[in-house]
Parts: sequence; structure tokens; C-alpha cells
Amino acid sequence: MINIFEVNETNNMVEHENLDVRTITIGISLLSCIDSDLKKLNQNIYECITGVAKDLARVAKEIEAEYGIPIVNKRISVTPIALIGGAACKTPEDFATIADTMDRAAEAVGADLIGGYSALVSKGMTKADELLIRSIPIALCRTKRVCSSVNLASTKTGINMDAVRLMGEILLEVAERSKDRDSVDCMKLVVFCNAPDDNPFMAGAFHGVTEADAVINVGVSGPGVVKTALEKVRGENFEVLCETIKRTAFKVTRVGQLVAQEASRRLGIPFGIIDLSLAPTPAIGDSVADILREIGLEYAGAPGTTAALAMLNDQVKKGGVMASSYVGGLSGAFIPVSEDQGMIDSVKAGAITLEKLEAMTCVCSVGLDMIAIPGDTKATTISGMIADEMALGMVNQKTTAARLIPVIGKGVGDTVEFGGLFGYAPIMPVNRYSCDDFINRTGRIPAPIHSFKN
Amino acid sequence: MENTADKTIITVVGKDTVGIIAKVCTYLSENGINVLDISQTIVSGYFNMMMIVDMNRAAKSFVECQKDLDAIGEQIGVSIKCQKAEIFEKMHRI
Repeated sequence: MINIFEVNETNNMVEHENLDVRTITIGISLLSCIDSDLKKLNQNIYECITGVAKDLARVAKEIEAEYGIPIVNKRISVTPIALIGGAACKTPEDFATIADTMDRAAEAVGADLIGGYSALVSKGMTKADELLIRSIPIALCRTKRVCSSVNLASTKTGINMDAVRLMGEILLEVAERSKDRDSVDCMKLVVFCNAPDDNPFMAGAFHGVTEADAVINVGVSGPGVVKTALEKVRGENFEVLCETIKRTAFKVTRVGQLVAQEASRRLGIPFGIIDLSLAPTPAIGDSVADILREIGLEYAGAPGTTAALAMLNDQVKKGGVMASSYVGGLSGAFIPVSEDQGMIDSVKAGAITLEKLEAMTCVCSVGLDMIAIPGDTKATTISGMIADEMALGMVNQKTTAARLIPVIGKGVGDTVEFGGLFGYAPIMPVNRYSCDDFINRTGRIPAPIHSFKN
Repeated sequence: MENTADKTIITVVGKDTVGIIAKVCTYLSENGINVLDISQTIVSGYFNMMMIVDMNRAAKSFVECQKDLDAIGEQIGVSIKCQKAEIFEKMHRI
């Protein structure tokens, strides 16, 4: 029988430590919507999304009330649009009409964000892939809820450097088009190496072609819960530290598992995966950087940060894996800068640099995330930063990503406000030396030797 | 160990005052909600109670009961939460 202390522990996590389910994401396959007539295609997509996800907001609200656990976001991910629009879209503008449709459909069902305005080009770009990529600036700047991602590299295929070069230019164009709003539309665009098919988190969520018609993926959170648990074991050895993280991750993940199963049952859509990521928000006490400080660093970014993060990430997975029947997505600690007050403090104190963040991405999920850089950064320099991040993912056989925000008209020393869950960020300095001749080479970087496992 | 997964947990937290249990239990009995277990402590002057109840034969829906209990809590100056027990069961039992 459950006792009063256990009940209080759970409720304390929710009330004081920011425990929540970060997102319920419905993945929807749009493959059956394909048509060569653009109007018909858009109509099919609208009907498909609003049909499958019609009860998403209601069910999330019910679960929230009955279990007393906040569900912060309701989201949708769809099949990469480059695959869906190829037959009908002849221009970037044609593709952008699909983004409009996604935006309308998401709004109609009360979804916060919709991901999947995506292309998978890790080896080569089809004509449709390229048109979609070129339409990203148009699409992101005139929609509110649409998120876009491009997979540029994988361990199996190497890095598509033509696409890397193009994405540097595209990112600057997105920044330029939203310069009157501090280039905020860039936060809806992310590039990947080894992008997972079942990621529930934005901006990178899409419904992979390996997936069924519809699926429920859930992302849990809880940096605050881990931090509070660690406060009780200050000065203890690593064994105690690791056990504490594992136990806490187990409890947090069980909540996600319950919510995922309930959502799946009530919506009549199969359960896909739980994403075990520790996802911070700008709320005080909901920070991954604060966990690193609790572990013993003066600031995130101090020597020892990479080791501490590697340990944290591993223990979160070990605790979480047993709590859920299926684990997937990104599953690891997120280290976005603007969305984590502890990270922002580190940047302000000069404790963390882009190079240290890059090192940290080798041992945690995702990569350079929500980092504001000067608006006068060259496209080739951005491509160089992306290429570095892709190389880390390719060689380490893990997912890496880059979500950089070149803020037009602002430079180092300025701060940029993204609002709400997206927080704010001091602009970070970028290495000023050129990589033009490297980025301007055409073709692709071959897959690494250890990818040949057959 | 008895399975509480299909039961409901009501927690009452707030400043201690006369008649909290009476008020909550009166509401529960009037609405056909059976109390299975009560535990209660006072932590630094604060009243802390947990009830395990069976709402299968409740006269009202879960959400309505939740709203009513919320209103009662406001009247007597305590916070009353009503949650399905499964969330605690899942988190604290393997």
C-alpha cells in the first residue's frame, strides 16, 4: 500500500521541483497523403493531421487533471515533408504552402508545435530535398508552430558537405527575415547527424519512414528533481552520487511511462517510446547546469564539466531504461544555453565557451543548442561550426545537432530575448578565423572506417 | 500487498484547524465515495493527511469531485488534491 511519505515525495516533485511531462508528441505518417496535385495534397495533409490528433489536447488535459502531473506541451511530428511534397511541389513557394497547412492543422487541434518540415540528406539531396531546404526561410517566417530539421550526416553515410554549406546560408536567411524579432525564427530550425526517427522534442521531431501510421512518443523532464535529490548527498562518493541519479531518473521516467500508456490507450494510438532526456527550462531550479554545479563545479564549463556531464547522462539512462518498456528518441541531458538559467549564468560569468560546449556535446544528447551568435557571422563560419558538430556525431555514432541563432544587428555583449520556455541568451563570441576554402569544397566527407561493420 | 492502482488518493495539506477530516469525510460519504485508509501527521504545525478512497461508485465524475474538493479546501484554508493512485504506485513500486 502506498504511504503518505511516498505521496508527499511525488507531489513535492511536481509542486517544488518542476517535475513535468515535457511533451506528448503524436507522430503521424503522411505517406498516404501523397498526390501530384498540390491543392489535393494540402487538403489530404490537413485532414490526416486533424483526424489523427483531434483528441490530443483533450486527452492531455484529462491525464493532467487525473494524475496531477503537468503536461507542458502537446505536439505533432509528421513524415519529412521533402518526401511528401516531392511529387507536387515545383518551387520553394509550393513547399511553403504545406508549412501553412501544417500550421493551420496544428492550431486546429491545439498542438503547440508541429515538426517534420524536414529533409533527410545525409548522403545526397534530391531535387525535392533542395527545394524544401530553400523554402525553409519562407516557411518558418510566416508560420507560428512549424519546426524544421535537416539531417546532414550519419555514421553510415558520412557528411553531405554540399548540404552543410547550403544550411549555413539558409540559417542566415532565416535570421535576416526575422531580424526585426531578434532572428527568433532560427530557433525553429535544427540540423542533425544521425537524427532519430522517434524524437518527441522540438525543433527536431519528425515521424521517420520506419514508423507506423501513428505513434505516441513522450518526453519527460525533471532536472530540478535530480538536483534536489543530489542536495541530500553532498560530499558523498561517486557510487552514492550515481545511485542517487539512477533512482531519481527511474522515478521520473515511470511518470512518463504511465502518461504515455494512458495517452496511447485513450487516443487509440500505439505507444512508441519514452525519451529519457533531462530537459531544462529557464525556470529557477529547472536547470541541467545547476545539477553540474551541485555535483561540484563552480560553474558549468569549469574543468571537469565534460566528465560530470558524461556521468550524469549515463546514470540518467541507466535509471530510466528500467522504468520504461521502450526507450528512444534523443535520451540524454540537453544543454541548451538560452533555456537553462544555470547555462546563461555560466556564459555571463565567462565560464563557458562555444568550444567547451562542443566538447560537452560529445557526451550528452544533441549538441550546440539554442546558442545566440553575432549576426555578422559569415555563412561559411556557421557551416564550419555545423560540420564540426556533424563530425562528432558521425565518429561517435551518436546523434548530434546544431541550433544556432545568428542575431542580425547584435554582437557579443548584447542579450537576446526569445520569450517563454525559450528563455534569453547572451550572444557568444565565435572564433573569427576563416574556414572558407574548406567549406567551399564540393561533395561529401566519406563515412568513417568503423561504420563498415557488415 | 493490496493493489491500489485503481484507487484514488486524496491529500490534504494546510494549517491545522478543527474539523478538517469531518468536512472532507462528510463530502465523501454524501457522494458515495468509500474511504479505505487514512493516515495523518502534523509536520511543523501543518496538517498533512492522505486518504485512499474508492470512487467506483461515486455519485459524480472524477473531475467534478476534484472541483468540489478544491472548493471545500478553499473554504477551510487547506489544499486538497485528488489524484489517481496509479501515479504513486508506478513511481514507488517496481
